[in-house]
Amino acid sequence: MTVQTKPEAKTDTRQMTGAEIVITALKEQGVDVMFGYPGGAVLPIYDALFTEPSIRHVLVRHEQGAGHAAEGYARSTGKAGVALVTSGPGATNMVTPITDAMMDSIPMVVITGQVPTHLIGTDAFQECDTVGITRCCAKHNYLVTDVEDLARTIHEAFLIATTGRPGPVVIDIPKDVQFASGTYIGKEGIHKATYKPQTEPSAHGIKAAIQLMKKARRPVFYTGGGIINSGPQASEALRNLQAVTGFPVTSTLMGLGAFPASHEDWLGMLGMHGSYEANNAMHDCDLMICVGARFDDRVTGRIDAFSPGSKKIHIDIDPSSINKVIRADVPIIADSGEALNALIKAWGKSKPQDLSDWKAQIDRWRSRNCFAYGESEGEIKPQYAIERLYELTKARDTYISTEVGQHQMWAAQHYHFEEPNRWMTSGGLGTMGYGLPAAVGIQAAHPESLVIDIAGEASVQMVLQELSTAVQHNLPIKIFILNNEWMGMVRQWQELLHGERYSHSYSDSLPDFVKLADAYGGLGLVCDDPAELDAKIQEMIDYDGPVVFDCRVTKAENCLPMIPSGAAHNEMILSEITGEEIDEAGRKLV
Amino acid sequence: MSDNPASAYDMSHVEETEERRTLAVIVDNEPGVLGRVVGLFSARGYNIESLTVAEVDRDRHRSRITIVTAGTAHTLEQIEAQLLRLVPVANVTDITKSKRGLERELALIKVAGEGDKRVEALRISEIFRARVIDTTNKSFIFELTGASDKVDQFCALMEPLGLVEVSRTGVLSIKRGAEKG
Repeated sequence: MTVQTKPEAKTDTRQMTGAEIVITALKEQGVDVMFGYPGGAVLPIYDALFTEPSIRHVLVRHEQGAGHAAEGYARSTGKAGVALVTSGPGATNMVTPITDAMMDSIPMVVITGQVPTHLIGTDAFQECDTVGITRCCAKHNYLVTDVEDLARTIHEAFLIATTGRPGPVVIDIPKDVQFASGTYIGKEGIHKATYKPQTEPSAHGIKAAIQLMKKARRPVFYTGGGIINSGPQASEALRNLQAVTGFPVTSTLMGLGAFPASHEDWLGMLGMHGSYEANNAMHDCDLMICVGARFDDRVTGRIDAFSPGSKKIHIDIDPSSINKVIRADVPIIADSGEALNALIKAWGKSKPQDLSDWKAQIDRWRSRNCFAYGESEGEIKPQYAIERLYELTKARDTYISTEVGQHQMWAAQHYHFEEPNRWMTSGGLGTMGYGLPAAVGIQAAHPESLVIDIAGEASVQMVLQELSTAVQHNLPIKIFILNNEWMGMVRQWQELLHGERYSHSYSDSLPDFVKLADAYGGLGLVCDDPAELDAKIQEMIDYDGPVVFDCRVTKAENCLPMIPSGAAHNEMILSEITGEEIDEAGRKLV
Repeated sequence: MSDNPASAYDMSHVEETEERRTLAVIVDNEPGVLGRVVGLFSARGYNIESLTVAEVDRDRHRSRITIVTAGTAHTLEQIEAQLLRLVPVANVTDITKSKRGLERELALIKVAGEGDKRVEALRISEIFRARVIDTTNKSFIFELTGASDKVDQFCALMEPLGLVEVSRTGVLSIKRGAEKG
């Protein structure tokens, strides 16, 4: 272990056990809530936690739940989420959340127990190579074999998880190290010589960007999760820069809330299920200012037809994001908030150019009303359900998480966000089962707020056991299930790509969600009548405790608009899928 | 839509020629660091033609990993950026691109034979300035240092003379001149 620290005069040097070091370090890092599940190899840490009043431990029902809860906590607070699990299966069950946090750049510190050092490598009971398994899915990881390295390692892990491009960091601690006595070192002065994220933009990059911005006729801001990660001040900077330039703004799934959805220059989300106006603006713009986004395949569609006539400014804190997929004309490696503030300063008091032609064009696209959907008599359309949920909760202090699939996209389209950190979803990895435990984490961070998991009946069944967690810990989360009895997005792709052969995508033998909620000690509600929907949603909101809302929606509704695989931004399917949209090559994509 | 649309996964529309590069990667010598570097290459589908590693600065716990890789200019740019994302990587130097690179490899080459073949093997080894580090009545082990193509050439010449086996270090590299890195 080669953790380097600057000598500090006032460094804390108390003697304590490894387990006490863990708890002391977490406290010093400001951890107030953690999510976990005990087991043989973490018992000493759990013992130290037993008498610790300042850290709330939320006991989950499966380690994956602890990971997603930590992610929800992190995304909704801007702080690192912390999870504590045992060795072997405890650690392997964490692999999905760790990968999820890596893909979506979520700061998370995962502490795993390990078998005692003398048993490592002997295939001991509940032994697995945690650092080997998580090496490729975590931002960094450690196996701490000497108690004297433990405190520094934990502080370094928080530093790495929360700075630069955030991500998950795993600390694997053998049981004998938890028992051993060692020296506690405070976080002051902790640094890692080889780890130096660049946060300040280069002056020439800002200058070049401003030159392009001042002469652009058809500019667009393409913003992403990097702005959320940078903190509320970055969202503020985006709003300020937009105010002085007047440029329209679109965002990725991960960036929703950085710019207010009620703003007249908001284009809606872009990408595969984004808005017609956002995707056409991306395609036809002459200047794209990408801030904290990474040209994901769900955003770009067909690469060689991606925004063919534009210059591209790409602001990202991770140099590997630049030129990875789309070549940037002006790359700026920086924290997005710092870069946006530098752009505001460099823009100065310049008058914005006349963008009326561009905005008139955008209004023509907008007038297509791409998220419109057909009414159906006596049935709840899933889009309508989200719309009503939005209308009845928008005036409240609300946080939304989702699972993955059609309901996730409908939520992104029809629920609107005015502020950052209000929208928690699994974007990069697309993890079904993220939303319920994430809601647990969000509610633990914001006990007084309304926390809703917009779910599908398929996704939510992957993590149902966490209902028990919500009940035990008085976390009154609302699980709003758009129940269409299908794995809806799979069904849609089978309709589109596989000749309507719906292979194993029907959700048969569904539980009675009302009885299920009741069995766990929550409230179950069911609704299949549009006329009753508002009253039922209100009942859900008003209930002081966890609610499972079984919202029976139109079964075969497709999520539109859609950019078919292998197609360009200006080749969106707007209203009806015919099956002819995707050619042979497109069918091979995911 | 054309017959063969490019997808987000298909970078083939930017047809570029592959170049061979030698990278010097300076890392903190901590457990698992080589696994991180090698894992990155396999996870992202990059080539490794050769890889060597050893500690070079004991006081600062720094190791030098020399990687010979091949890829398009786009891939090579990504390899450097992805390597720098790894927390224990201090810096990456593209030795080939610097135009001041020196590359050497050490090889141990076992050749068995009798009579004229044995004499010829020894004669060729003198031309290549290989050293004999072990000998029996029927065999030699040669130690040869040089650029990789020189080692290749030597092995090719030894093939008909009774080449038994070869052990090579892989490429080591350093930049000419007084400066570091």
